[in-house]
Amino acid sequence: MEKNKIIELKQIVKEFDGERVLDSIDIDIFDKEFVTLLGPSGCGKTTMLRIIGGFVKADSGELWFDGKEISDVPPYKRHVNTVFQKYALFPHLNVYDNIAFGLRLKKMPEKEIYDKVEEMLAMVNLKGFEKRNVNLLSGGQQQRVAIARALINSPRVLLLDEPLGALDLKLRKDMQNELKNIQQKTGITFIYVTHDQEEALSMSDKVVVMANGQIQQIGSPTDIYNEPVNAFVADFIGESNILDGEMLCDYRVKFAGAEFDCLDKGFDKNEKVDVVVRPEDVDVVPVEKGMLSGVITSVTFKGVHYEIIVSVGGFKWMIQTTDYAGPGQKIGLYIEPDAIHIMKKSEFSNMFGDYSTYSEEMEHLSDLTEEDE
Amino acid sequence: MKNAKRINKIYTILIFAFLYAPIAVLILFSFNDSNSTGVFTGFSLQWYKELLTDTATLNALKNTLILAVLSSLIATLIGTAAAVGINKMKNKYIQQTINTVTNIPMMNPDIVTGISMMLLFVFVGGIVNASSNLSFWTVLIAHITFNLPYIILNVLPKLREMDRHLPEAALDLGCTPMQSFFKVELPAIMPGVISGLIMAFTLSLDDFVISYFTVGNGFETLPIRIYSMTKKRVTPDMYALSTFIFVAILVLLLVSNFVGERDRTKQAIKNSKKKTGAGK
Amino acid sequence: MKKRSLLGKAPAAPYLVWSVLFIIAPLIFVAYYAFTDKNGNFTTANFGSLATAEYAEIFLRSACFAFLATIICLVIAYPVAYYISKTKPKTQKILMVLVMLPMWMNFLIRTYSWMAILEDTGLLNTALGYIGLGPYHMINTSGAVILGMVYNFLPYMILPIYTSLSKLDPRLVEASADLGCNATRTLFHVILPLSRSGIISGITMVFVPSISTFYISQKLGGGKFDLIGDTIERQFQTAYNYNLGSAISFVLMILIILSMTVMNRFGEEEGGMVA
Repeated sequence: MEKNKIIELKQIVKEFDGERVLDSIDIDIFDKEFVTLLGPSGCGKTTMLRIIGGFVKADSGELWFDGKEISDVPPYKRHVNTVFQKYALFPHLNVYDNIAFGLRLKKMPEKEIYDKVEEMLAMVNLKGFEKRNVNLLSGGQQQRVAIARALINSPRVLLLDEPLGALDLKLRKDMQNELKNIQQKTGITFIYVTHDQEEALSMSDKVVVMANGQIQQIGSPTDIYNEPVNAFVADFIGESNILDGEMLCDYRVKFAGAEFDCLDKGFDKNEKVDVVVRPEDVDVVPVEKGMLSGVITSVTFKGVHYEIIVSVGGFKWMIQTTDYAGPGQKIGLYIEPDAIHIMKKSEFSNMFGDYSTYSEEMEHLSDLTEEDE
Repeated sequence: MKNAKRINKIYTILIFAFLYAPIAVLILFSFNDSNSTGVFTGFSLQWYKELLTDTATLNALKNTLILAVLSSLIATLIGTAAAVGINKMKNKYIQQTINTVTNIPMMNPDIVTGISMMLLFVFVGGIVNASSNLSFWTVLIAHITFNLPYIILNVLPKLREMDRHLPEAALDLGCTPMQSFFKVELPAIMPGVISGLIMAFTLSLDDFVISYFTVGNGFETLPIRIYSMTKKRVTPDMYALSTFIFVAILVLLLVSNFVGERDRTKQAIKNSKKKTGAGK
Repeated sequence: MKKRSLLGKAPAAPYLVWSVLFIIAPLIFVAYYAFTDKNGNFTTANFGSLATAEYAEIFLRSACFAFLATIICLVIAYPVAYYISKTKPKTQKILMVLVMLPMWMNFLIRTYSWMAILEDTGLLNTALGYIGLGPYHMINTSGAVILGMVYNFLPYMILPIYTSLSKLDPRLVEASADLGCNATRTLFHVILPLSRSGIISGITMVFVPSISTFYISQKLGGGKFDLIGDTIERQFQTAYNYNLGSAISFVLMILIILSMTVMNRFGEEEGGMVA
């Protein structure tokens, strides 16, 4: 199928108070795609979305929409609609009037509006809520109204700015599925902003990982997870052990004081590299059978598996295994060649240490402090 | 502990008695059948009848109402627009400066505001060689000026607490900036606009000091008429009018309080929702 | 971008013009008149003529009366505000409407009404007569003037104190009791410091109109107790000496700004001690 480019960003630059939040962004977004902009707060993802929505104008660069340059087109003339972070429902209007808002501006006959609103309410499972006061709805319900209000205008592209951020975990999972279904049913291009990597991996066709105002990697969720281009992506997407290594020759790498076979090639001889090994790709074996050996410092039960921290020559590895081993025990680690992923050194190298200071609580706290930019 | 509470209650009742004593006296003597404002001789409604024929007082009442309606409406228009503009300003120093200037008419004694405007009007009148420096227009300008801060102070917080994405959502759904203001922002800040309007209206209705220095001959407001009467003798029909106004304002306050309460309940429900809706 | 952001601020333009013309310009005129003579020549003579025993007495009296009225208002208002803040929310609303209601009545006629109460043969003396007391001479005394001030501006003291007390978290009072404070200590170490902002704005709202009033002293003081407001009024409405009147107003403004600054400094220090 010939893919149709709907949005193109070319060399987009944006500065706020002299600080560069977007640094020459280039990206193509295709029709009917579910694209996620993923990154920590302050990475520029929301600004990028607001530039596409027309609420912020780029300092330089071009924004193409369906073959036309639209940088100077005001938001109300763009075929793009937005689901805002805290929904931004109009507090003085009820559910029906909120959803009908866009069509009324287009002066559509009330009869047609009625039919379309009902259709939308059915799609977001809010039938019978027409007359409800939007201020009295639950977060999930407000969310659905916001989606219906945007979708009823049949936009070519729907922009979603951390739409699930204010919902609790259970509701989030349900809404993720629902959003994905709606996207497939309507065939509208979704551009979805989030800092939650799990959300990004489970929903998207294409993930755009951003940091420091730059795109780090664009790819399918599996590409991003299995083939991270640098230490930042590897660390941000899922758990990873990132080690300093040296490429001895093609298919042969040295790290953690040992030599390993791998599947990567094309590096210079003895080039310094970053090595990524995912926690679930390390097998726990008896010491004598291990390629590396270390002492377990902590064990956490996770339901499907144990998460154990192993000190190998001072470097703390995280390993996910179904076999129980107690703290203080000496174990061997076995790593298959296809579990080793080699990346070029980047500005992010050595920014992510081992798991010596890792704790569940810290992870949770850093999640909570994520705020909109 | 119980005792302390009872003493406090009795004390509060006494203070209320103090606050309402002169008003009770005034209401009592509005029903007096002699023209004394010191000795009650018997019940009659004659002063209410008298009031209906006192054209000068009724005219003053009409003037006061015209002045209050016009000045509060104009102030609401200018003040609401000002709040919208000020809310968009990012520069801290400019905002602080405007804030200080806005506070001047509220912090300055009325008499200073009054004479300062009088000086301005006299000066300008001297330049344009007006036959009379002060007129209806000068007192109207003065009233708009002291009403403005109350409008801005009521509207600005509403704008600040409004979800900043609301106007963007309106633009997103196809509103022009103008439509966005009238269809979305204005309804959202309406409670502030209304309470500012009511406050401005009552302040203007009640003002004596500033009017006294800025009003021209031939335009008499009720407070000014009362002032000139108290220099000689106040007739009880003025008490009758005050009683009538007292009741009217009581009704107005109850209504505005009712509207405010509805607004607050909505807000309270919304807040409690926010609290119970678990975060992450 | 510049153009668009300027457009957003444009609605403030009429107000900005208005405030320059009708708030700032008039104050400049006060300063101008205060420092010029009848012919518009620069002079400080206006201020010189204020340096007499007569004016010193007026300024001192105004400050004293306003100070006393403010203190009395504070002492009277605090328990009332506290009591109201402790009643049920519905009752609170009704009581606060009742506190504010007299403010919306014409203050001239309410003050005039006090004359009928305080006169030698007035209502209060008549009532006292029935129980064998009096008559007392009350009208045309300094006490009557201060009473007029307290009466007129008391709601301005109750309102902000009530507002700050009603925002006070009752759990703080419980916490204080829990930590072993008795009622008095709780009042002085918890409730009073936390309602400081209300007290300060109450003091401001009573002091400013008290020190500048000109009607109350004429009616309840029988013209025997000239205050700053009375002298300003006289210069503008009967003596037509705008220059002297402006000079007095100028001094009044300085006086108010000074006392406000002292007040705020005092308030901050208090805050520092508590925090």
